[in-house]
Amino acid sequence: MTEPRIYPFGDSALVCEAPAPATLACQERIWALAQAARAWPHVVEIVPGMNNLTIVFDPLSADMDGLARQMAAAWERAVGLKASTREVEIPVYYGGEDGPDLQAVAAHTGLSVDEVVRRHASAEYIVFFLGFQPGFAYLGGLDPALETPRRAAPRLEVPAGSVGIGGAQTGIYPAASPGGWQLIGRTRLALFDPARDPPTLLQSGDRVRFTVAEVAR
Amino acid sequence: MIDVIRAGMLSSVQDAGRTGLRHLGVAKAGALDALALEVGNRLVGNAPQAAAIEVTVGPAVFRFTQATRIAVTGAQFNATLDGAPVYAWWSLPVRAGQELVLQGPTRGMRGYLCVGGGIDVLPILGSRSTDLAAGFGGLGGRKLRDGDRLPVGTLAPTQRRATSIDASAFGVKPPQWCRFAEVAHEPIRRGKHAAGAERAVAIRVLRGPEYDGFDEASRTAFWSDEWCVTPNSNRMGYRLTGSALTRERDAQRETEMLSHAVLPGTIQVPGNGQPIVLMGDAHTTGGYPRIGVVIAADIWRLAQVRLGGAVRFVRSTREEARYALAEEHAYLRQIDAAIGMHEERMRRRAHAA
Repeated sequence: MTEPRIYPFGDSALVCEAPAPATLACQERIWALAQAARAWPHVVEIVPGMNNLTIVFDPLSADMDGLARQMAAAWERAVGLKASTREVEIPVYYGGEDGPDLQAVAAHTGLSVDEVVRRHASAEYIVFFLGFQPGFAYLGGLDPALETPRRAAPRLEVPAGSVGIGGAQTGIYPAASPGGWQLIGRTRLALFDPARDPPTLLQSGDRVRFTVAEVAR
Repeated sequence: MIDVIRAGMLSSVQDAGRTGLRHLGVAKAGALDALALEVGNRLVGNAPQAAAIEVTVGPAVFRFTQATRIAVTGAQFNATLDGAPVYAWWSLPVRAGQELVLQGPTRGMRGYLCVGGGIDVLPILGSRSTDLAAGFGGLGGRKLRDGDRLPVGTLAPTQRRATSIDASAFGVKPPQWCRFAEVAHEPIRRGKHAAGAERAVAIRVLRGPEYDGFDEASRTAFWSDEWCVTPNSNRMGYRLTGSALTRERDAQRETEMLSHAVLPGTIQVPGNGQPIVLMGDAHTTGGYPRIGVVIAADIWRLAQVRLGGAVRFVRSTREEARYALAEEHAYLRQIDAAIGMHEERMRRRAHAA
């Protein structure tokens, strides 16, 4: 693997960007780097992205150049963490009011509704990182046959727990928000609960399986 | 307790915000003008990060059900307490039943009503701040409404004499009067502004990771334009309008940028070429090119620029960014020293009497 690019991001952050393409092996190394960074002094945030890691530090106390060197050395040592063995099952009510775009996804992909559900619920997904909203997980592992472009006009309000497909990605909206993904179902699980510790159902590295709670046709 | 008689356009409970949770998608929230919060809390004898009411624009009216001590910092409101003027950046006692009226600000965008003991809502994920986008924290995860009642914490037992409930009013120097808050101005002013128009606020910026991918005309415009703050701006981001910023063709070719962390102060450029400066409530990750990053010491200054106002980006360096932050800390120490001296004078006067 070639060297990552390590660069400053403003006066309080550093980014380590792994060389393309983004792969699971590379993301595992990002997670290992994130774990190492927890021990570094004056680091206040450690945020994995897709194929990259950003650390935020106190600019008055931290030595940016020193941290950059530490990051480069830690990357060298970061033998890929195996993605955590935590497996999270998410029961989904597919179709009907819970998944108003299930038919549209079936029509776009040329698959039957049952086949869309079967394929979506049989794959194993991995949480690459969280972002966008509290508890929103970027999942890798969508069956390419299910890829469907986003809706031309985003919905003004997508209900919390909605499971959607947007291009080559699938994910769950933790809270009601505007959104452009094709909604194929909904889970009753809370993806984000600020009173819980940890507050999010999913964390980077988790394996996720969708199970079929019901299919409304 | 504080009764919210009139909440105004947008008032919410905010403290220093949440840290250490961005990897779970949890934003910072918190006072956008963190310096004003810190000074206000010092003025009422609180810990610097205690929760206050952030009042955006106003007008807002609050009634105190108990005697306490307050300070209004940040924006310069036409404030009155039972009709008597209240100066910004002053610490003053209030009696039970008194009413504070904050009219529209004559300068600045948001003010902080700090109260002795702090606003004592339940801390969630380590902070009392309201996360308006995710709907938690503060009072029910929402902005304040007319008729709300806010609990106030008890004053620390180690309360100094100067900030005790019955001590007389005193004020401190606002940061905008201090040299450290001045940014070197380029003398050139563009001709398109009417005479007497407020000049664009200079904000110091470091080049972002994707800066070099913008074409030369855009890079020039970035530093020379006066960027207007559109009314679509909010606590998530300041949406600016000016020249359309475009990327070099080969930079565009790496079309879909992979998602990466974004922070308050990040200046990102979406497809329409109009930059957005992210603020406290912004999402934790994004995929737009990052043309620049506002230095940490200037975020509060940006937070006080009003909708319809203008900003100008001034090239900065890491060294300057660090120095600016150190100066801000020095200013806070001066505030502490000023309160300490006031305290000493009061003690001497008490002895002499």
